[in-house]
Amino acid sequence: MSRFARMYGAGPLHLFSALASFAVAGYAIVKIRELGAAGNVAVWFIGVVIAHDLLLLPLYSLVQRIAFRLAGVNTVGARPDAPPPTRLLLINHLRTPAMVSGLLFLLFFPSILQRNEGYAGASGLDTGVYLERWLALTAALFVLSGFVYAIRRGRSTAAYRASAP
Amino acid sequence: MARGPFHRGFWRSPLRGPWLASLLSAALLPLILITAITGFLSHVAYETELTGNAITGSDGVLAPVYRALDWPAGWAWLYAVNQGVHVVAGFAAAPLLLAKLWAVIPKLWERPAVRSAAHAIERLSLALLVGGALFVFVTGVFNIQIYYPWGFSFVPAHYYASFIFLGALAFHVAIKLTVMRRAFRENGVLRPLRRDLGSTHPEAPSASESVATDPQPPTISRRGFVAVVSGTSLGLTIMMAGQSIGGPLRKLALLAPRGRDYGSGPNDFQINKTAATAGVTPSQTSSGWTLELTGRRKETLTRDELLTMAQATHELPIACVEGWSTTQTWTGVPLAALARLVDAEGAEELTVESLQEAGSFRDASLTPAQFTDPRSLLALKVNGADLSLDHGFPARVIVPALPGVHNTKWVASMTFRSV
Repeated sequence: MSRFARMYGAGPLHLFSALASFAVAGYAIVKIRELGAAGNVAVWFIGVVIAHDLLLLPLYSLVQRIAFRLAGVNTVGARPDAPPPTRLLLINHLRTPAMVSGLLFLLFFPSILQRNEGYAGASGLDTGVYLERWLALTAALFVLSGFVYAIRRGRSTAAYRASAP
Repeated sequence: MARGPFHRGFWRSPLRGPWLASLLSAALLPLILITAITGFLSHVAYETELTGNAITGSDGVLAPVYRALDWPAGWAWLYAVNQGVHVVAGFAAAPLLLAKLWAVIPKLWERPAVRSAAHAIERLSLALLVGGALFVFVTGVFNIQIYYPWGFSFVPAHYYASFIFLGALAFHVAIKLTVMRRAFRENGVLRPLRRDLGSTHPEAPSASESVATDPQPPTISRRGFVAVVSGTSLGLTIMMAGQSIGGPLRKLALLAPRGRDYGSGPNDFQINKTAATAGVTPSQTSSGWTLELTGRRKETLTRDELLTMAQATHELPIACVEGWSTTQTWTGVPLAALARLVDAEGAEELTVESLQEAGSFRDASLTPAQFTDPRSLLALKVNGADLSLDHGFPARVIVPALPGVHNTKWVASMTFRSV
């Protein structure tokens, strides 16, 4: 290992490409400052990382953990249980539509909660329909998931019966 | 041992590891490149060097590139496709981005936090990468819903933050390519997708800090995880493509801002900005309205005089930067005929001003390729009926492949210039 690599922790190309990418970022920051409201941009730039990494992701992981606990599956501790496959199938078919619906809410909450006040003036339409459309989609996701669950559950029961003596 | 989510030990899914992160990246990277390229092409389409068109200020470094590139008028659908792809690919990438961040979250809490100067630089660059990615996604997703809670101008912030994002991404790809290659060499690109729940095992802990030190039993297979993420991505693609393509497919765009039906009349289609919002009143557009034409000569025309000129009819889309479009049949006077009327053949720029008194895009300018295209019109009618006030009565511009807002509504004056 070269002296440079020992001191820096990687080869010189690593440093060159890092500096090039920081220079690009520096240029963008200069331009954003020229246009004003740079403080607000910085707050949002940092804010979205905090909102995702320190709030949203830990929060939905904790919610799942609690949901597993309520379903009688211990996933925490030194020796967590391997959940019984049938119960796992049920949990997965419940949490999948819940997470898809949650993602749709995350993407479209300004419309769903009618927070996008500029929309009516732009489109000439009111925003009232989005809450019901999201609820209808959520219902459809659970119905679809339940349907697939019933088929898979039936199949695994049939397989179990067939394998029994 | 795990105490809370701000420790590496909290994150115990056996699915995490370099293979899953690499697979998600392999899907994410092309989508990000597509949104980046279409984003910069949209900037080309705005022809920001012309009068009234720039709202980002001049991008000093790339300005010569933008000056050199002319957005063509030849393919009428070009801007609709560009922006449809931009927004659809962005939404398709959203679940992949969240899944990717989920897959690597333990690395945020790795110890020691900094191993070397190179490692410190990587972590700093990762902050720019994650911040940049989330910033451009959040601002884009809010913008198409006309939701501005932030107190800065969307266009320059979205545009320049993408520099930060893409710069950090280029560095990230350069240093992580070997990690991806190794993960795919050791596990196969798709082989882990063939394993069911019973044969879902953690990756080797030595492979990466994203692998759980103390994994819990799997609750879903990697196949199941990837199916949920890619299924969600596919669903969003269909939904957002519905408002981009329009027609009967618009019904699929359930949650998209422009998945709405206006009715069946000739003027019942997507409105970008209502007359009320633009501050344009019926008194300004009533019988007293005239069009001021300036070239080498000046002309003032009433709407009736415009209607007595030779009319042309063309089916052309209006396509918004927000990724929706609507194709209608427009009738009016070709812009080239108006240029001839004021001896302005050979002009290098046409600036169109609206009756709208304030706000962005109250005026916009066209290139010679745009105003000499035979399909470029000062439209007076749409689908056989007079334009409605919301669609730009008494007259509006409609030009093939032009960004939607540059098709100026409520036209007050047109100035042909030789720069």
